[in-house]
Amino acid sequence: MANPRGFMTVKRSGNTCRRVEERVQDFREIEIQLSDDARQLQASRCMECSVPFCHWACPVANIMPEWQQRLAEGDWRAAYDLLQDTNNFPEFTGRLCPALCEASCVLSINGEAVTIRENELAIIERAFREGYVKPRPPAQRTGKKVAVIGSGPAGLACADTLNRAGHTVVLYEAAGAVGGFLRFGVPDFKLDKSIIDRRVAILQEEGLIVKTGVRVGTDISSEEIRSTFDAVCITTGARKPRDLLIEGRELDGIHQAVEYLEQQNRIVAGDAPAGEDRISAARKHVVVIGGGDTGSDCIGTAIRQGARSVTQLEILPAPPRTRPDTLPWPLWPKVYKTTSSHEEGCERLFGASTRRFTGESGGIRRLCVVRVDWDTDENGRYRMAERPGSEFDLEADLVILALGFEHTVHEGLVHDLGVQLSARGDVAVDGRHMTSVAGIFAAGDAAQGASLVVRAIFEGRAAARDIDAYLRGT
Amino acid sequence: MSETAIEEHRPETAHFPEPQGLYDPAHEHGSCGIGFVANIRGERTHEIVQRGLEVLERMAHRGAESADNCTGDGAGLLMQIPHEFYKQDVPALPKPGQYGTGLVFLPRKDSEGAYCAEEFEDVVDEEGLRVLAWRAVAVDDSAIGEIARASEPAMRQVFIVGKAPLSRDALERKLYVVRKVIEDRIRRSALQQARLFYLPSLSTRTVVYKGMLTSMQLRRYFADLQDKRVTSAIALVHSRFSTNTFPSWDLAQPFRIIAHNGEINTIKGNRFWMHASESSFASPLFGDDIKKLLPIIEPGKSDSASFDNALELLVAAGRSLPHAIMMLIPESFNQLNPIPDDLKYFYEYHSAFMEPWDGPASMVFCDGRFVGGTLDRNGLRPSRYVVTKDGLVVMASEVGVQTFPPEQIEYKGRLMPGKLLLVDTEERRIIPDREIKERVSQRRPYREWVEKNRIRMADIPLKNPAPVGVPNGQLHELELMFGYNREDIERILIPMATSGREPVSSMGTDTPLAVFSDRPQRLFNYFKQVFAQVTNPAIDPLREELVMTLTGYIGTEGNLLAETPENCAMIQFKRPIFTNSDVEKIKDLEHEDFKTATLQMTFPLSEGPAGLERALSRLCEDAESKVHEGYSFLILSDRGADAENVPIPSLLACSSVHHHLVRVQKRTKIALIIKTAEAREVMHFALLFGYGASVVNPYGALAVVHDLLKKGRLPGVANAIEAEENYIEAVHKGLLKILSKLGISTLRSYHGAQAFEAIGLSKEVVDRYFTGTDSRIGGIGLEQIAQEALMQHRKAFGDRPALLESEGVYQYRKYGERHAWNPETISLLQWAVRSNDPKKYREFAGLVNRQNQAPHVIRGLLDFRPQTPVPIEEVEPVEAIFKRLTTGAMSFGSISKEAHETIAAAMNTIGGRSNTGEGGEDPERFAPRPDGTSARSAIKQVASGRFGVTSNYLVNADEIQIKIAQGAKPGEGGQLPGHKVDHVIARTRYATPGVSLISPPPHHDIYSIEDLAQLIFDLKNVNWDACISVKLVSETGVGTIAAGVAKAHADKIVICGYDGGTGASPQSSIKHAGLPFELGIAETHQTLVLNGLRGRVRLQTDGQLKTGRDVVLAGILGAEEFGFGTAALIALGCVMMRKCHLNTCPMGVATQDPELRKHFAGKPEHLIRYFTFLAEEVREIMAQLGIRRFDDLVGRTDLLVQRKVDHWKARTVDLSSLLYRPERSRSSAIRCIEPQNHAINSVLDRALIDRAGPALKYRDQVSTNLPITNADRAVGAMLSGRVSRLYGESGLPDDTIQCTFHGSAGQSFGAFLAKGITFRLLGDANDYFGKGLSGGRLIAMPPEGSTFKAEENIIVGNTVLYGATSGEAFIRGVAGERFCVRNSGAHAVIEGTGDHCAEYMTGGRIIVLGKVGRNFAAGMSGGIAYVLNVDGNFTYFCNCAMVELSPVLDQDDQEFIKAWLRKHVAYTGSPVAGAVLARWHEYLPKFIRVLPLEYKRVLHERKLAEIDRQLAAIREEAQLGASY
Repeated sequence: MANPRGFMTVKRSGNTCRRVEERVQDFREIEIQLSDDARQLQASRCMECSVPFCHWACPVANIMPEWQQRLAEGDWRAAYDLLQDTNNFPEFTGRLCPALCEASCVLSINGEAVTIRENELAIIERAFREGYVKPRPPAQRTGKKVAVIGSGPAGLACADTLNRAGHTVVLYEAAGAVGGFLRFGVPDFKLDKSIIDRRVAILQEEGLIVKTGVRVGTDISSEEIRSTFDAVCITTGARKPRDLLIEGRELDGIHQAVEYLEQQNRIVAGDAPAGEDRISAARKHVVVIGGGDTGSDCIGTAIRQGARSVTQLEILPAPPRTRPDTLPWPLWPKVYKTTSSHEEGCERLFGASTRRFTGESGGIRRLCVVRVDWDTDENGRYRMAERPGSEFDLEADLVILALGFEHTVHEGLVHDLGVQLSARGDVAVDGRHMTSVAGIFAAGDAAQGASLVVRAIFEGRAAARDIDAYLRGT
Repeated sequence: MSETAIEEHRPETAHFPEPQGLYDPAHEHGSCGIGFVANIRGERTHEIVQRGLEVLERMAHRGAESADNCTGDGAGLLMQIPHEFYKQDVPALPKPGQYGTGLVFLPRKDSEGAYCAEEFEDVVDEEGLRVLAWRAVAVDDSAIGEIARASEPAMRQVFIVGKAPLSRDALERKLYVVRKVIEDRIRRSALQQARLFYLPSLSTRTVVYKGMLTSMQLRRYFADLQDKRVTSAIALVHSRFSTNTFPSWDLAQPFRIIAHNGEINTIKGNRFWMHASESSFASPLFGDDIKKLLPIIEPGKSDSASFDNALELLVAAGRSLPHAIMMLIPESFNQLNPIPDDLKYFYEYHSAFMEPWDGPASMVFCDGRFVGGTLDRNGLRPSRYVVTKDGLVVMASEVGVQTFPPEQIEYKGRLMPGKLLLVDTEERRIIPDREIKERVSQRRPYREWVEKNRIRMADIPLKNPAPVGVPNGQLHELELMFGYNREDIERILIPMATSGREPVSSMGTDTPLAVFSDRPQRLFNYFKQVFAQVTNPAIDPLREELVMTLTGYIGTEGNLLAETPENCAMIQFKRPIFTNSDVEKIKDLEHEDFKTATLQMTFPLSEGPAGLERALSRLCEDAESKVHEGYSFLILSDRGADAENVPIPSLLACSSVHHHLVRVQKRTKIALIIKTAEAREVMHFALLFGYGASVVNPYGALAVVHDLLKKGRLPGVANAIEAEENYIEAVHKGLLKILSKLGISTLRSYHGAQAFEAIGLSKEVVDRYFTGTDSRIGGIGLEQIAQEALMQHRKAFGDRPALLESEGVYQYRKYGERHAWNPETISLLQWAVRSNDPKKYREFAGLVNRQNQAPHVIRGLLDFRPQTPVPIEEVEPVEAIFKRLTTGAMSFGSISKEAHETIAAAMNTIGGRSNTGEGGEDPERFAPRPDGTSARSAIKQVASGRFGVTSNYLVNADEIQIKIAQGAKPGEGGQLPGHKVDHVIARTRYATPGVSLISPPPHHDIYSIEDLAQLIFDLKNVNWDACISVKLVSETGVGTIAAGVAKAHADKIVICGYDGGTGASPQSSIKHAGLPFELGIAETHQTLVLNGLRGRVRLQTDGQLKTGRDVVLAGILGAEEFGFGTAALIALGCVMMRKCHLNTCPMGVATQDPELRKHFAGKPEHLIRYFTFLAEEVREIMAQLGIRRFDDLVGRTDLLVQRKVDHWKARTVDLSSLLYRPERSRSSAIRCIEPQNHAINSVLDRALIDRAGPALKYRDQVSTNLPITNADRAVGAMLSGRVSRLYGESGLPDDTIQCTFHGSAGQSFGAFLAKGITFRLLGDANDYFGKGLSGGRLIAMPPEGSTFKAEENIIVGNTVLYGATSGEAFIRGVAGERFCVRNSGAHAVIEGTGDHCAEYMTGGRIIVLGKVGRNFAAGMSGGIAYVLNVDGNFTYFCNCAMVELSPVLDQDDQEFIKAWLRKHVAYTGSPVAGAVLARWHEYLPKFIRVLPLEYKRVLHERKLAEIDRQLAAIREEAQLGASY
């Protein structure tokens, strides 16, 4: 080991963020990385556990103990080699992952976890800087053709893995640019879109064929896809947002978060929508309904757009500040989390349920909110009860619904291909990612329901391996 | 056991049972008491015979009895032919020397007996001889035990003469031929009782009387022996203590020439090599008769018998008896041994073609003229002798077996390691070792022969240096093809290539057995190392380097029976791991005798799995034809493996060719050089050598190391040569460690010795390719082996991953090898015990049980047979289950104080038992704590380091556990580095803070089973209330060892699985030594039941037990109690970091770091909850099985059934031998039902305690006088136990109890002697004098009237003051080997010592006023020795690795010596000490101070601290003064 006592002698020290006053002025990434030397020191805190719970908790099974050691030794190249072996896109997860690994880090039992996510990000960024990340086209082509439909993290990972295995892969994207939710769902202050472009360029140099602006089922028929390709993988994500169908929902000024975030991302990308379609929080009282990460992204976006106030509503009670006994280490703890967007100024209300929207002249003006209390029934299931007399109104000029997603969009492609759906509305797959139609596979949120970027990458990789086996007939 | 039981199961001829279940008679071990009495002048008297018998009888405690308490393991006597006596019965006898005679054991069945006699006469006739007469041998079978009687042969004696006159030697040779021919003929006959036929001896010179008797029975059984007309000048005797519970008449000793106390560890190899060389035998003395002698080694006999066979051949073919002995048991002759050069050349000459028969041995031998004894190079068996002024010599395992008046004694001596004692009754004198060896070594110009013919590897010029790496770009492919993974690189090759050492790890292995793994396994992984326990000590290859060697020879061996210069025309290598250039050297040799052929170890991919068998057959045939073509070196290489050619597992190729060539008797003609990329870790090399490789060239591993260097992955390594050297050095060190674990000293005898067992390989594969290897549960065949090879090959040429895999064998990997302890199991168990949630426990247990069934462990393949359940309320309560639970032996030192005390408190609360581990226990813990709980460990361990083992420690135990071996590292010692020895640890271990503590690999008082019996006896004397348990590790044959342990009167035997945890151990030991507990416990249970010993002993097992189901399964296999180590730690917070050895456990469990210890979050209730959940689970299963009391399921294998599984490898496993129930379990006990008889009721201490009454009650001074004999053992132990119980650690005031003894004291005189007791011994003493001395004072001196010089004669035996913690010893005379081994506090004065004096000493001081043996101060980390350097050559004898030698300049040292010499004079009247004191200034310069460097530093620091303290005081005073 580089330093068996590193965890005792080095204190955790993480990336910082740009000052709030400064960063809310723009949409550039807010995280400031540690110096490489400091980063190596941080890596030396890794204890190289014999049972690495971080690795176990990581959906892509990054082998942290190995690359942390190499990082601590200063061998960035080797660390990169190890990292990229399990994760196609550390530059995405390094920015966006909630880091299940850190919650499972053995150091976190008695102290502070290793800065695993940040170390990962540091490795991949240095790898790009040093030119370690180079196109490595496959030595041989198998002659098999695969269509991957949808270029979110699952589709990218699937396409990349299959391409490396030597298959000819066409990645279809209905939008004008690759990335799916990464590009249109994640604000630039968390993920600068050039990061995606940088990767896609490499994939293309490796021989991946990317077709953007092509909606399969519309621009190219499902039949053609099926007949042209030896296998197809559906990675269209779970883009159907959950709605809040209560009184007043039809009022202007109530928008789904995806819509809101996508628009802002387009603006940053210089692809601004026409004037009246534009959703802006400028000088408005903004209410974000939904306490998740997407909600948080909406807050940061609204603040940057110049909102007068931002309030976030969450129907569940505020989570505990520390790990509850019911979720002991190494499980992922649901604890109270303050994101960078929260720091930028917003009010958060927990146990708050929206009863109805009221408006003026067709536009939203007010939410009627009621306090709710939670307990559990005899089976341990959560039960909600409104608190009598606790209603209050909340002023709002703009309401963003960030309530999560239901499932993938059924219309069009999914319907055309004739694949069966699960009870939850996801594309149904077997243990090898194959749908009810032979040769058609599905992966990522489309098959599993909405989840983390890192899970999507894992899914894409796993599906690619299954497709590869299918194509090899093994 | 009842009489009826024996009647019912008395087979027609009781003998060894056939192999059944897991029992196999091939694993029997023996050890013994031996000795001889001889009249040096050759005068034959009946008195000699009587004395011989008496010698035996006085060592009765060294033999053993079987379950009937009456049948002995065997006793016998060899003497000169009593011609006058026989003449009376056979008047026709010609003169002595013109006839041969011997007893004949015949089948009892009349027809068969007659048939044998007729056949015998035919053979005699065919060989030109004539049976002169048959004589009835009068025997009294009322004297013997039931078991012995059941297998008693008919006993007759034969007299044979030549048809024509023959010289004595010619007749002797013919008799030898006759015996070999008739033995072979009867063996091949279809007789039912063929095995009863046996010839104890057939000679013109000597006759052997022996049988399955106790020492006491021999005299009565053979009426001849009592006849006064029976005379001899020599009586050589033997009594046997066998782990062997089914001794048989023919295995009693002496054999034809020898009697042996010891064990030949390399016996498999020795037998193979003897067989392999038979085809080259030629001897002018025998001519064509030589073929009739084959096979030389009688099949189905003991190791000692095989040795006798080999020795007999060498002697018959013309070598003298001493010469032959020196060939088979050579002393160590490396540069650390002070022997003449000629002798070194003699040994070197013979070592080129004869490997040592290696193992602990005290051997006595006699050919009618010469009688003598020798010890093996390690000298681990005691052998003492006395020579009287009237020409008698008595040699025996003990002193005191004959009593002589003091003035009669000429001198007293002991056999020394590797030395001979030889009496020539014709020359009428004792020929000193030096003289006889000089004579033998100068018989031929060995030096010239060697210098001329032997070629040293180092001297061969290198013409074509071979590249180390492989061509660019091919390395990755090579790595993939041979299955290298990232762990191989990171955890094996990098540490080896940087440090030159094998990597160390901690905790136990928890991956599936190879046969259960889903991943392709290297064939190496289907083997486990076997190791020494109890019957046989392991060696310390570091501190006793002088006996170890890896030197070997390659070339063509000649005729073993001839002495020609060409016999040593071989290439000598010092290092068996060859570099690529070494191989080139051999290939390029321009020498007509040395030609090299190369064969490919690959099979064609195109042929698929079936291609493997064909390729192996081809390989064997080709190898054989290469021998015919005259090649002397055969390289088996996998260098040619590529996309079309799949590598054959190198071990399979090597062993196949080796065994094929042994079978066709060509093996000794050619050397096998294995050139493989596959071998990388130490275990791989050990296997290759064990299965016949002469040398190994690991070109693949070397290429990887080279590549690592280029990539900068070898920090601190300067260049390629250094990297290669480091790696090879690490392999060599690892090999020495593996050899030494089995008590083997030389690679030459390890070579082909197959010191392994297979697990998960089919009988067909083993019988054909690994002939003679044990494989107990069946397993995969050649097809699956081929499949695994193909899977690996596909990785390289199909998948071609860019990075090597992270295999996950050493560390958990999500998609790697499975681990029983993984994130799910660890966190579920912790969740369950912290939240006290039975549901979570059930989740945990369910997960574990499912994992086990994957399958993962053997018990995972076992299901319960459905039974009629009983209501759970009727099942005994959890409290009854708790009593069966113990926690593992984890020392305070390996785990933190907090963890250790938490475990103890938890176990005491529930009525289970915790274990101190090796490392003592703070006496503060003996008393209950203020809150009523107790942190006293109920089990006190006694391990090889004896840390903190005092009389007081022992009396505070409910159970005393002798740790023979540890699952994670059987056969190895340990070391607690000085920096970890803080004040608290030092206090509990009776050590010095900052001074390293080394645990030797063996207990230095257990070299044999009778030694273990002695230690059990010692401990039982100290604390008769405590249960004495013996901890063994599962391996094949552990059942027979356990039977021996049961006969040694252990109350309990613990069988540990190989997967138990450790605080630090070489990685290869953790993974590759020992077997899972299921096999060990089942074999032990079956073997004990088979021989009726099961009822006397409780069985415990451990090894990754986790759930109630595990406990019930283990119980059904035979265990009554259960140990939990890893699981207990995990319940208390361990997360399997495997960082114990680094002291960085972040959970505060296995660390001494004060900061980290704060993190310890375990509470007694966690453990209590775990065991409560587990006990409830046990009860639930019991209810399902219809069992109310746990006792009722022990051994009930009928409750189990093997589950059918679909796994491609696991389905080949067959557990029927595991589930076997011996027939005898219907009538005999199948669990412990009665206590052992410890025979401590009539020990001498009872009298001592009586006489010491006033001292014990009122602390009044008492003194007493008593006679003592060698049968009085452990004198003082019981008295000391009493003192400690009454007065605790502080004991009594000095000299409160004073005892004087007259005579020869038995073993363990003054053991654990407590403070306040003074023992004076006028006479001499055996081994283990002052063992564990706990504050008492011991004085030994020759009795009045002795005329010999005390300072030149031995007075106390081996291993004196072993593990002494405090006290004093004054010994006027010389001690044996290992004086003051592991002494940590006693002060002693002695007048001369044997080898290894002050070994592993950590404290105390000794003064040696005379000569010392080799290896003084090896492993000495503390204490001081002052040696009077009489001959001025002390430096040569001192092992200076850890110590500094200096003159005694310091005034304190000088004062100490003077003061203690004055005491020595006062107590013993020593003239030596008197002279030194009288001329102090003359002697002072001759004293050398031996001071361990570590200790010096500590002393220095102490001095500095003292100066600081004084300075501070001065300053304080000055300040005070100033303020006035």
